[in-house]
Amino acid sequence: MTRLLQRSAPRLALVGLVTVAFLVEQADAQSRRSSRRSSRPATGLTYPESGTGQFTTGSTDPVVAYVNERLTQSWKDNEIKPSPVASDAEWVRRVYLDIAGRIPTAEEAREFIADSDTAKRAKLIDKLLDSPDYVQHLTTTWTNLSIGRGNVRRVSRPGMAKFWREVFAKNRPWDEAIVELMTAEGYAMVTNDPDVPRPEGDDENGAINYWLAQMQMQDDMVQATAKTARLFLGMQVQCTQCHNHPFNDWKQDQFWQFNSFFRQMASRNVRRYDPESGRQVDWYSEVTWRNIDRAEVLFEKRSGELRVAYPAYLGKEIDPDPFKDRRKAFAELIVDGDAPMVAKAMVNRTWGQLFGYGFTKPVDDMGPHNPPVNPELFDRLTTEFVKGRYDVKQLVRWIANSEAYNLTSAFRDDASNEIDNPAAGESPLFSHMYVKSLTPEQLFDSLLAATEAHEAGRGGWEKAEQQRNQWMQQFVIAFNTDENDEATTFNGTIPQALMMMNGQLTKDAVSVKEGGLLRRALVENKTDSARAEYLFLATLSRYPTADEARKLDASFKLLQTDKQKITAYQDLFWALLNSNEFIFNH
Amino acid sequence: MSLLPTDQTSRRHFLQHMATAATTIPTLQFLSHLQANAQEVQKKNKACILMWMGGGPPTIDIWDLKPGSKNGGEFSPIDTAAPGVQISEHMPETAKVFDDLSIIRSMSTREADHGRGRYYMHTAYVPNPTVTHPTFGSVVSHTLGSQRKELEIPAFVSVGAPSGSPGFLGMRNAPFVVDSNGRIRNANMDGLSPERLKTRLGMLDILEDNFIATKRGELPSAHKDVYNSAVNLMTSKQMAAFQVDQEKPETVEKYGANNFGRGLLMARRLVETGVPFIEVGMGGWDLHNNVFQTLSTQRLPQLDQGISALVSDLKERNMLDDVVLVWMGEFGRTPRINQGVGRDHWAASWSVMLGGGGLNNGQAVGATDRDGVGITTKSYLPGDVWATVSHALGIPMDTVFTSKLGRPMKLANGGTPIKELVG
Repeated sequence: MTRLLQRSAPRLALVGLVTVAFLVEQADAQSRRSSRRSSRPATGLTYPESGTGQFTTGSTDPVVAYVNERLTQSWKDNEIKPSPVASDAEWVRRVYLDIAGRIPTAEEAREFIADSDTAKRAKLIDKLLDSPDYVQHLTTTWTNLSIGRGNVRRVSRPGMAKFWREVFAKNRPWDEAIVELMTAEGYAMVTNDPDVPRPEGDDENGAINYWLAQMQMQDDMVQATAKTARLFLGMQVQCTQCHNHPFNDWKQDQFWQFNSFFRQMASRNVRRYDPESGRQVDWYSEVTWRNIDRAEVLFEKRSGELRVAYPAYLGKEIDPDPFKDRRKAFAELIVDGDAPMVAKAMVNRTWGQLFGYGFTKPVDDMGPHNPPVNPELFDRLTTEFVKGRYDVKQLVRWIANSEAYNLTSAFRDDASNEIDNPAAGESPLFSHMYVKSLTPEQLFDSLLAATEAHEAGRGGWEKAEQQRNQWMQQFVIAFNTDENDEATTFNGTIPQALMMMNGQLTKDAVSVKEGGLLRRALVENKTDSARAEYLFLATLSRYPTADEARKLDASFKLLQTDKQKITAYQDLFWALLNSNEFIFNH
Repeated sequence: MSLLPTDQTSRRHFLQHMATAATTIPTLQFLSHLQANAQEVQKKNKACILMWMGGGPPTIDIWDLKPGSKNGGEFSPIDTAAPGVQISEHMPETAKVFDDLSIIRSMSTREADHGRGRYYMHTAYVPNPTVTHPTFGSVVSHTLGSQRKELEIPAFVSVGAPSGSPGFLGMRNAPFVVDSNGRIRNANMDGLSPERLKTRLGMLDILEDNFIATKRGELPSAHKDVYNSAVNLMTSKQMAAFQVDQEKPETVEKYGANNFGRGLLMARRLVETGVPFIEVGMGGWDLHNNVFQTLSTQRLPQLDQGISALVSDLKERNMLDDVVLVWMGEFGRTPRINQGVGRDHWAASWSVMLGGGGLNNGQAVGATDRDGVGITTKSYLPGDVWATVSHALGIPMDTVFTSKLGRPMKLANGGTPIKELVG
């Protein structure tokens, strides 16, 4: 390790180690002098038995009460008892990851665990929903859902992110955001050079990047049709372009009826002369109106027979006049009613994001072929979401305040709810939290939170976003098809393990460079047990167990020099960051 | 306070306390790997190399030409080393070795969406929300890889291909995805001593086991499995198999200095090391536009060079009978040529190529009609292809897996080896 540090910054590393060792020695001496009080960690609040109607986060919202009632009933119906309420330490890590997209810092975790306010969970949910991290987390999530993680030519990631950032920062009603997205026109800058002038006109519009990403091939808007149905309406219709759906009641003509809404759009890629290179380079791309001269869309049956389709959404036909704006008509149709698919899809996806499983599996394949679990609850949440003017924050608040969201991810000690195991293909009963894999973005942001590695000789937070994107590309495989689809070789893979063991972020983290968390943890804490405790809090958001504390204590007693101790702290920190408990949201 | 190297005595004490379980963990095997003998290559190991044509290749322009039909397109067929079998004029080198290859011209697979087709062709099962079926590389990893105790690198390597998921066979059978350049990111410990790594892994082991003991499902223990594989990998001499640049420049040149060529060459090196399943990806087949120019100037020259080099090389090394080759994408492409001089998605009648593996090669099995639209013979499913591969690899046909819900799953979805190829 030392050799490694020396290679990158020979003198700095050496000086760093000496200084830290010195400071540690001083702190130790000081603590020996002052007192021998052992810090007894707070264990957090004690909660009532789950499933008895007594648990509350402090929220008095009737919708939360309804969610609890329905799930309690479904546990009774399935003859199981739920797992106990999660400890404050387990829960604080989860709620930060799910709402803020990162783990809490050691200070945030410690403060929450120690707080004696019985309404502290509800209050933390509100606080996180009002934090910039929430906006960033949802922006990242929806930008990835809209245009993927890979870098697609002539699609602006910053532009797409700008659209979503505004939606989540202002908490704009979801229906309004979707209508705007569905009807978007204008241009997007597709150059990375900030000095390039903008074209005339003021219709720059980040939302159009959604469409640009789906218009990579001249495919008669097939991809745009399939993606829109899947992402915003929770329906998978892509295979019906060629034949009737094998399981649900989508027919091939419905696909093309749906598709005909999107035929009046065209993309135009504009390039400019770059005096530096003397070449034509990408400048801006736009989505514009395209005249169609016929009302109908032609498609081919498998038999080779040609058929026609006119615009219709779930049986509702519109005026097929080719000069009337069909995207506008479509946007009006999909948000119409008490429980439109747009609302269902968002409720299902958001529930799925917080629990790991939605009411249907997968969340974006709803339909008669794939009935949801707990349909009454699903319907009620959907109608409440619509009644509450599509308030996304409120939706998250309802779910996060539910008893189910507050349960531990462990099965019951008596193993009686082991059948509630959707990872094995069972229907989810939400009688315990499900262990979720971190997204690459959650992991990256959590590593930064846990290590302050960006402070140790790297750029600031503003650079972090860019670094994160770059870092992530190693895990993205683009399939280069007209579906613009991709996979991440990320969760639970060898490349991920290698990255965690040997990658630059980990190297930075376990270095004792100025500004890094490890150095601060060692210097600011006065005893070995306090230092170890701090590292546990910074990574796992909990205190060491009695067993862990005892082993650590015994080990540190045997170390004679501070150099040895520092090495041991580095190794401990490395092990914490590499542990299963760190890499999962549980 | 000293900056001298850490005192080993107290380090050992430390280790004993922090890692009381360390003596039992499999990760400790890694030390023995350092002495592993690179000469112990398993030349007679059976293996499968899957060449994955991402996007859906127009097989009507490559393996099953239709001269004289309105769907025939711009290419002409040429004779091959296999009597009576013709392929595209843009595959001249492959034609010369076609006595070691075969085409199945009557694939009919119904899934013409990329995601669904990719899943179906890789697993032999259509997508189903209640279960994730293992991709076939994971099946081979599970059945053959688990028997190869000497193998320290993953039994399923994917060179830049969308290989899919191990499903209910678990992450230990997941594809290890690498680039064709053979550089494994972050595999270098950068001078960290084996003792130091051991200390770290000892601590890790305690944390991992404590978390597993809290009973939170399978993910926490799968994580431990993957770490064991990763440690094995980064301390193994078998890592050299990924180093394509250790080959002679003329060999690299022969396969083609592109991702596909390098991927195939790496596949051969991996087979020699004992890896039973390698998938090599080649993308850019979603040819909705400008199909003929793209094929004749870009895709087919690379494809032709790569396949012919691989076949000749395996043959020279006396490995071809043990290595079964599969060439496929998620589907074929429409016989009808569209307005953009492209072909769209088409799963009703298309071709898959097989080779090597001791099969009765030099054949075209099955046929399509004169316009390439319908099938005039028995048709085949992906399960039949994978059953044929299983036969070549010596995996018993009556192998049955059990999904997590206890549902039995037949090998290759109960497909049957294609009798012309195995009879």
